[in-house]
Amino acid sequence: MNVITVNNLSKRYFLGDKPANSLRDTIAGMIKFAVSKRPPTELWALRDVDFTVHDGETLGIIGRNGAGKSTLLKILSRITKPTHGTAEIRGRVGSLLEIGTGFHSELTGRENVYMNGAVLGMRRPEIKRKFDEIVAFSEVEKFLDTPVKHYSSGMYMRLAFAVAAHLEPEILIVDEVLAVGDAEFQKKCLGKMGEVTKEGRTVIFVSHQMGSVAQLCQRSLLLDKGSLIMEGPSPAVIEHYISHGKEKHASYTADAAAVQREIFVRSATVTDDAGRECDAFRHDEAMTVRAECGVNHLLRGTELRMVIRDRRGITVFTADAELGSLSDKTENFAAEFGIPANFLRPNSYSVTLALFVPHQHIFELLEDVAFFSVFDGGTKYAQSEGMDYGVVFSPCTTSVRQID
Amino acid sequence: MNRSISTENSDPGRRELNGTGVAERPITVMRPPGTRLGIDWPEIWRYRELLYFLAVRDIKVRYKQTAIGIAWAVLQPVVSTAILSVLFSAFARFDTRSVPYPVFALAGLLIWLFCHSSITMSSNSFIGNTNLVTKVYFPRLIMPVAATLACVLDLLIGAVILAGVMFYYGTDLTWQLAAAPVFFLLAFVLAASVGTLFSALNVRYRDVQFALPFILQIWMLASPVFYPTTLLPEKWRAIFALNPLTGILEGFRSSLFGTAFEWKLIAISCVSLLALTALSLLVFRKMEDDFADMI
Repeated sequence: MNVITVNNLSKRYFLGDKPANSLRDTIAGMIKFAVSKRPPTELWALRDVDFTVHDGETLGIIGRNGAGKSTLLKILSRITKPTHGTAEIRGRVGSLLEIGTGFHSELTGRENVYMNGAVLGMRRPEIKRKFDEIVAFSEVEKFLDTPVKHYSSGMYMRLAFAVAAHLEPEILIVDEVLAVGDAEFQKKCLGKMGEVTKEGRTVIFVSHQMGSVAQLCQRSLLLDKGSLIMEGPSPAVIEHYISHGKEKHASYTADAAAVQREIFVRSATVTDDAGRECDAFRHDEAMTVRAECGVNHLLRGTELRMVIRDRRGITVFTADAELGSLSDKTENFAAEFGIPANFLRPNSYSVTLALFVPHQHIFELLEDVAFFSVFDGGTKYAQSEGMDYGVVFSPCTTSVRQID
Repeated sequence: MNRSISTENSDPGRRELNGTGVAERPITVMRPPGTRLGIDWPEIWRYRELLYFLAVRDIKVRYKQTAIGIAWAVLQPVVSTAILSVLFSAFARFDTRSVPYPVFALAGLLIWLFCHSSITMSSNSFIGNTNLVTKVYFPRLIMPVAATLACVLDLLIGAVILAGVMFYYGTDLTWQLAAAPVFFLLAFVLAASVGTLFSALNVRYRDVQFALPFILQIWMLASPVFYPTTLLPEKWRAIFALNPLTGILEGFRSSLFGTAFEWKLIAISCVSLLALTALSLLVFRKMEDDFADMI
């Protein structure tokens, strides 16, 4: 049975979003409008979105920033109204677009639990009944009667999530609340989310973390520029989402000054198995960095070096291509560096290329010439994305045996 | 990868949640704005606990980190009364009949200070709680009403002071005192309506923050807070009563001091209050759908 039915849902915003925040602006606006008749720029945050959600289903919603995910959640949570279309929800909705809504820094932990519970739609007897459980989950027992302004941000977050986690609606709407807090905390949150979905509740889950979506949701929607562009089993939708990013590739093309050099990089691209340019890969996809170079004068001993660095600037590895095999008459050549699948851990990476003769001369040094990222396509580490598991997947062989 | 979650979810055996069948659950439909103009009173009733918590929160927070705390609730009316008493007994005099001026002034100030503080508080209730508006749903009307409710405590404290002052001046009490709570109630409705109106306007027009203090000042001068209505010529009093505060203050004083109720003034004020309440609810209803997008 469907518990959520969304029909032709659209939401329009006018750019500048706040059309008039003072009376003067309104009056000025009226005059301007009368004179210029120029309609304000409009933006459709959602455009004719249709979908249904079955009872007990966990639905993921993915998409880039500005795809309309938040707007959709806000409409489903009744915070804002659609411009066209309807959304029908059957059952009690609990929405977590943020944790700790209604918390007041001057109030104690205990007072805030009640306040926050009421804000989330819990009744007093319900909060009372779950109070001990909430406190135990939050691990802030000792500070319950301290104003939360004296809490560390971790404690604050734990208490806020503890209340949210004990919400028992029939339909739960969750926005990236898991993106906050330390890794340990995120793990706890995701564990709780997993429990909630097992209890047979209907859950709508929005996240940027593909690994979490892949783990929690059987089905996902992909939004792009306000439209629903794909709907189906999560792995397929995530796959499409990632490969969809292939149009926007981070590549490099030499300018006029560069081609004057003795030897130079003409272009650098990151490609997938099929040779398509791409800037996002699943962790189990292989990738290739391809550099096309031009030669005006080839000096003996020249090498092409590629350095891969992660988001923090830590060098992951360096690979060198010997150019010794090229003949003196070479004018163009291509070098490919193959990076195997299941090697780089989910992260963002940059490519640096250099053409040089060791200890003698650097012809070209292109720092961060291309970028790509690796997504978690559902590893066991996905449960706590953000935690540092290292830069590469472990190549260790492990064996465990009993000894006497 | 852990896919066990998915298979368990599709098990039809675990359909029943909280003992409610899916078909019996209430249906909520999200529609474009403007399709319904009524106010969902039953829903507001369902959210009464949030109303209570918000009011309690406001009370608890208001005097936090002040040196003398709740004593401010005593100090404000007392000091204002003292100032007015000095002004209007030493320099100018109003004919307040048999009622000593400090008692007369305190009675007026009690109602006025309640209106003043609750309207000021509720007009800021949305812009001071942006998170609540953009992150959760609740009937928006609860917000300004909770802010008004939070000021009732100060009103009650003031009432105790008033009782003390009346006792000190030996004011005779009559059966009419029983009507006093009615005027408290009317004052509450007035403060809540005006507060609601400005809370909505403030979301859209931040000018309210600057204009409101002036409006309140003028309103006080135009109301019989520190002077009696008898100051005005008879024929003007009916027009004067279009200000709902006139009837409320008059009626409140009559019930305290046992003087004859000015039924005509009170009736005009009540009708005017009703119109004002309807207007502010209408404006609020028209504007509330855009709060989350506008704030």
